[in-house]
Amino acid sequence: MTYFFVILFIALMAYLIYFTVFRASTVINSPYNQRQETFAENVVRGTITDRNGNVLAETLVSDDGTETRNYPYGSVFAHVIGYSDPQYGNMGLESVENFELLTSNAFFLEKLQNEFDGAKNIGDTVVTTLDADLQQASYDALGSYKGAVVIIEASTGKILAMVSKPDFDPNDIAEDWSDLNNDSKNSPMLNRATQGSYAPGSTFKIITTLAFMRQNSNYADYTYDCDGEITEGNTTIHCFGSTAHGHEDLRSSVANSCNSSFANIGLSLDISKYRETAEDLLFNNSLPSVLNYTKSSFALTEDSEDSEVMMTAMGQGKTMTSPYHMAMITQAIANGGTMMRPYLVDSITNYTGSEIRHNVPQSYRKVMTSAEASQLKEYMEAVVEEGTGSVLSGKSYTAAGKTGTAEYSMSDSDRTHSWFMGFTNVDNPDLVICVITEGSDGSPGGKAVSIAADILDSYYD
Amino acid sequence: MANIIIQLSKYLIIILMAAYTFSCFSIFTRNYEDEETPVLIRQDVLMFLILCTAFGAMYLAEEDMRILFIGAALAVVLLAVILLYNLIYPSVSRLVVNNMCMLMTAGMIMITRLSSDNPSPYGSSVRQLIFIILGVIFGLIVPILIKKLTFLEQWTYIYAAVGGAALLAVALFGGRSGGAKLSFDLGPVNIQPSEFVKIIFVFFVAASLKASVEFKNVVVTTAVAAAHVLILVVSTDLGAALIFFIVYLVMLYVATRQPLYALAGIAAGCGAAVVGYHLFSHIRVRVEAWQDPFATYSGGGYQIAQSLFGIGTGSWFGTGLFQGQPGSIPVSETDFIFSAITEEMGVIFGLCLILVCVSCYIMFLNIAMELRDPFYKLVALGLGTCYIFQVFLQVGGVTKFIPLTGLTLPLVSYGGSSMLSTMIMFGIIQGLYIVREDEEEKIERKKERESRDVSGRTTRKKASENKPRFEEVPKQRTRQRKRARSKQRIR
Repeated sequence: MTYFFVILFIALMAYLIYFTVFRASTVINSPYNQRQETFAENVVRGTITDRNGNVLAETLVSDDGTETRNYPYGSVFAHVIGYSDPQYGNMGLESVENFELLTSNAFFLEKLQNEFDGAKNIGDTVVTTLDADLQQASYDALGSYKGAVVIIEASTGKILAMVSKPDFDPNDIAEDWSDLNNDSKNSPMLNRATQGSYAPGSTFKIITTLAFMRQNSNYADYTYDCDGEITEGNTTIHCFGSTAHGHEDLRSSVANSCNSSFANIGLSLDISKYRETAEDLLFNNSLPSVLNYTKSSFALTEDSEDSEVMMTAMGQGKTMTSPYHMAMITQAIANGGTMMRPYLVDSITNYTGSEIRHNVPQSYRKVMTSAEASQLKEYMEAVVEEGTGSVLSGKSYTAAGKTGTAEYSMSDSDRTHSWFMGFTNVDNPDLVICVITEGSDGSPGGKAVSIAADILDSYYD
Repeated sequence: MANIIIQLSKYLIIILMAAYTFSCFSIFTRNYEDEETPVLIRQDVLMFLILCTAFGAMYLAEEDMRILFIGAALAVVLLAVILLYNLIYPSVSRLVVNNMCMLMTAGMIMITRLSSDNPSPYGSSVRQLIFIILGVIFGLIVPILIKKLTFLEQWTYIYAAVGGAALLAVALFGGRSGGAKLSFDLGPVNIQPSEFVKIIFVFFVAASLKASVEFKNVVVTTAVAAAHVLILVVSTDLGAALIFFIVYLVMLYVATRQPLYALAGIAAGCGAAVVGYHLFSHIRVRVEAWQDPFATYSGGGYQIAQSLFGIGTGSWFGTGLFQGQPGSIPVSETDFIFSAITEEMGVIFGLCLILVCVSCYIMFLNIAMELRDPFYKLVALGLGTCYIFQVFLQVGGVTKFIPLTGLTLPLVSYGGSSMLSTMIMFGIIQGLYIVREDEEEKIERKKERESRDVSGRTTRKKASENKPRFEEVPKQRTRQRKRARSKQRIR
């Protein structure tokens, strides 16, 4: 009986120590915690830079002590860096790294001096993995389209760029606050890269292909004769523009993005295993992300109708995903099947630049075998070399990828979401890129693949 | 400049508190009373140093003379407590007296700090000081009553009737505070009867189980105990219900030594918890707030989230007095005083505070083990369990280790009912400690009488054969300390 209470108290104290060591810094970062304002009374909020030291956010102190948060790039980094405002709180990295920014690891004698003078200490600097040039290029390439761009380093999971449009200027957040929040049509505050929820369109064919490969070891022998449409029961699926692709194998089905062939593949799949493959790739699962995000969903079950199965296999149906998630899947394919944990903060330094903490790449999960990854890579190369992604062929860099077009509205069937996900330097993958534009009218400029090409051109030239 | 001194003072307080806590346990390794005395005096010195440092630092922060007055008044009261106990009851456990004062000091520091932001500054601090004085008076009267009132064990059903009636009265007519029916307005005073019914309940169970541990009586006792718990659940005082339940289980097990009863009790408790979860929405709200206080922030998670912010911001060494925002934690003077203390004085201080409570409990167990009369033994054990389980529920609740139950931290939290009932509990156990010492003396005297009756030669032999450990008190203490030490090793 004594032991009972002894164990209770040992557990309680162990928990309290565990909480202080591991959980406390996460908990007090919560936006509900008003105590962070107390920190701000003694610390000048730190600076956020890109990986080359370009300042993305800084606090300017005027002679009379007034502090203003300044964002030199304006709206270019709006969603990923976010904003910090005494009245409206924090968003994006400003929120995630709030505690670090308001902690000063300045030299202790200097802090002691400040203490005597009643002066504020200067908060730590957050060095991000972002690349200002790449971010700017992505921002420019997206132009006036609504949509998002995510660029990740293939071997490490470092997030190099994350753009979402429509955007806002964090410098004017206080003045624009009510307008931004009332604009439900454009939702400019929404980070479409992580929180956007879109039908994946043809990019989902990569997942269907993987499921097919896992269920049929002789997948290389698959053939299909496409006459531009396929009918099962009452449902007829058309290829894009009702093009008849003729005799195809699995490789050319991917390269041509042939809807009929994939509907056909979908009907042959064991649905529960198909679902398992999708869930291996983190559909219906939580994603590793410090920013707020929307979970992706894969809705097929054993009871689903054939029409639903056919739609899902080619990327329509009820499947929903975010550009961030599709970039993660592409990164795993480029990286031999190992999904890296995407991250945004490279290191924390004090304001003079002495390093306090450095983050290292972490693998998140092996989501497919390296054989599967290299096979998918080959199919994605075919898309660029001879298929729908040919805009990217014949460049100074090599690329592989998958395009997608997703219908999103019955009334406005001319307009579609345009997707591209892919990676460069195929033999030793370098950049992973995922682009989506909303409501593209099919003109070449609004196509995600063309935007991706613009970004990559500017990066490699 | 003042800021630097406040920052230094927080480290000083932690060092002093750590030294105090260490001595709470190291004292169990001392074998003889005269070896303990210097340790006990050192404890008192450490405690007054903590008091002076904390109130001095608070004065520097606020530059309000009232802080110094309160600190000085508290010092005088505590000094009086220590001296009076020594004077009136020289045989009382001084470790428990010291711990009692230490807990009150920690509470008073934080209540004074928190009440500076109140509409009437330092009002609750002064009131708490009055509660302490009242509590001490009770604490000084109760031991003598315990010694004199030898018929206490015959009142079994009076206890049950009074306790049940008081709880029922609250359930039916009690005022609501924070969604739970807890208190009872009696003119200007607001009384929380469940705090006192705890004590009566322990007396009831002890009296009943002493009379008989036969199955029939156990069933009757269990039924009465269950009625108490049910009334409390219905009046939404979950913390008290849980304490009554556990206290009853522990006492039943110790009285009967029947593991089957304990197992059946635990099973029944789990069953009742599941039923309660589905039946009462206020239990569900508590559990949901515990699972994810941030997701249910606007619902019930607000309190626990604020508490975690406080503890997390304070971290190991705390922010320093008047440097944090413990005022943003709801009901920080009562239910969340532990979070407020850890925010400004540090997690290390909080851990020490927990250990001081545990040290009290170990001392209570020691006392219980040595009592011969099963009624007194059960009372000491029941009250000790009552105390330590309340500490566990309270600290576990505010740190999100277990769902929040809304209890006070005995002697530390602000509140008259809590202070008085805890002081009465401590007084009863101290009284039992004195009863034990008297028991020993009585046996000794009896032996001496016996030895006088028989011829001198055989007597000495007989006495030493019989039970030599009653001959000299120190030896008895040796055994007792050894037990305590082995307990420590387990920790």
